[in-house]
Amino acid sequence: MSSKVIHALYDDDDVLLNAVKEVKAADHHIEEVFTPFPVHGLDTAMGLERTRMGVTAFLYGLTGLAFAAWFLNLIMIQDWPQNIGGKPSFSFAENMPAFVPILFEMTVFFAAHLMVITFYMRSKIWPFKKAENPDPRTTDDKFLMEIPVEGDSTALRALLEKTGAIEINIIEKSH
Amino acid sequence: MYTFSSRLKTFAFALIILGAIGIAIGFFTTPQTVDEYKAKYADTHATATNHAVSSEEHSTNTEVHSVANEHGSANEHGANNDHAKHDEHLLMQAQNRPWTALYIPAIFFLLVSLCALVFYAIQRASTAGWSPVLFRVMEGVTGYIVPGSIIVLILLIISSMHGNHLFAWMYTSIDPTAENYDYAMETKDWWLNIPFFLTRSVIYVLLWIGFRHFIIKTSRAEDKATDLKPYKKNFTLSVVFLIVFLVFELFLAFDWLMSIDHHWFSQLYPFYVFASMFVSAITVIAFVTIYLRAKGFLPKVTDSHIHDLGKYMFAFSIFWTYLWFAQFMLQWYANIPEETAYLVPRLLGEYQGLFIGMLIMNFVFPILILMNSDYKKVPWFIVMAGLVILAGHYIDIFVLVSPGTVGSNWHFGIPEIGALLFFLGLFIYAVFSALTKAPLHAEKNPFMKESEIFHY
Repeated sequence: MSSKVIHALYDDDDVLLNAVKEVKAADHHIEEVFTPFPVHGLDTAMGLERTRMGVTAFLYGLTGLAFAAWFLNLIMIQDWPQNIGGKPSFSFAENMPAFVPILFEMTVFFAAHLMVITFYMRSKIWPFKKAENPDPRTTDDKFLMEIPVEGDSTALRALLEKTGAIEINIIEKSH
Repeated sequence: MYTFSSRLKTFAFALIILGAIGIAIGFFTTPQTVDEYKAKYADTHATATNHAVSSEEHSTNTEVHSVANEHGSANEHGANNDHAKHDEHLLMQAQNRPWTALYIPAIFFLLVSLCALVFYAIQRASTAGWSPVLFRVMEGVTGYIVPGSIIVLILLIISSMHGNHLFAWMYTSIDPTAENYDYAMETKDWWLNIPFFLTRSVIYVLLWIGFRHFIIKTSRAEDKATDLKPYKKNFTLSVVFLIVFLVFELFLAFDWLMSIDHHWFSQLYPFYVFASMFVSAITVIAFVTIYLRAKGFLPKVTDSHIHDLGKYMFAFSIFWTYLWFAQFMLQWYANIPEETAYLVPRLLGEYQGLFIGMLIMNFVFPILILMNSDYKKVPWFIVMAGLVILAGHYIDIFVLVSPGTVGSNWHFGIPEIGALLFFLGLFIYAVFSALTKAPLHAEKNPFMKESEIFHY
């Protein structure tokens, strides 16, 4: 089975953002937009569902905090209490201020690393994977909008030209 | 153009009058003699047990107890448990109460206004694109700098003329044979002496008033200008102001706040005070913005601008906590008596509830309420969170000042509430009068377009 898609190239992120809004207003479905850098507000303009990365970050942070608390309690209080500067070494609560920097760092560490891994998994990218990018110019300075075409494409073409596209191609896409 | 509504004006005047009555009650009911003191506080604080506990504290902490604002020297209490002297000391703390009540809001509102100018200067110096629609609001909030600094200066002059005992170091001597000899002052006397102290205070005040005057004058000139000259001039002025502010705010915090506990010291203190007042200033800017927008005076301000102010409130609440903890942990860990004496009344003593409470109000509450992006776009949410933040930072200043001036017998009664209302009324009046001076929309700002279409 094959389908036709239209590839519209833009050379400015503001022009692209307005184009996305106009195409959406004309009731066309935008399959994907490829950009060399994150364009602010593009996700809302495309009508994408809101990312849940924030929720995962919060949960990972909590995991890190819990892990750090458990680990510190194990090594500093239970397993091998030491007298450091005369600080209470047999109580987690009383020694807590000394642990705060570590609790904080572990929270950040867990949130950051697990979020990157989650992002890779969610975006289905991994080392040595072949790029899905349809046009290498979108890794440099061009923006590409991909719209599936059903039937006649002349109206859509005209609309895209009006929004300031610098290049419009119709591609046969095989699945 | 904004016109100061008569309802708000009446409200401000009502606050000032109510506050003035409260302040007057505070001064008239201050005990003049030890007997009066005992009669007034017999039921609450000067009970036998409390008394014994506090004199024990005094005799054990001979080295450092003047942190709790001893009028006399270390050896005054160290050798004996002279109850008459102790009673006199408690009387002085009670006499400090109305002055402390005045000093806390005076400092609080002045620094809020000053930090609003700093926030404004940062927007100018960084040529920020999001904020020009809020520039005139920020300029308005700085309107309290002139009356506020004059009031603080008058209070400091009264202290210097021995009208009150807010600053214990003003009553010490570096002569070892004198009764009020203070060993710590031997190395600090060159800095903490009354003429130099007052000179510095006048310099601070002149700097703030001067910079505010020129920055705002240049901003108003922008409205009539045909080129970018005033804009560029304001950029330079703001950069210079920020440098001057960072240097002189260090000494301001050392002098006006830290010298109350003159045996104690912390290099981080000025930044801590700045962080506290900076987040309060941003909150006040958000409040004034939300108020004016609700009245329809700021048609160009959208929820995105409110959202950005909310982000700053959130960020600087965390910044404040970071500095609070950095200061606390080092002193807790090192456990040097000179340093921990400062934390004894705050963390373990009579101020414990306030000290821990403000930590919850200033850190836990904002981090939970303001973390979500959607909440920050809801004005009433910002107002709710802002009220807690402002109350928390007011308590912060209260806890910075009070243990050194009124000691363990702190109250939050008529004098304190009166003074707070008085300065709140004055602040509202000064700020909204300043807002009427120029159009609320700084049309000619080159970044105005970007600010208007700013969308989070």
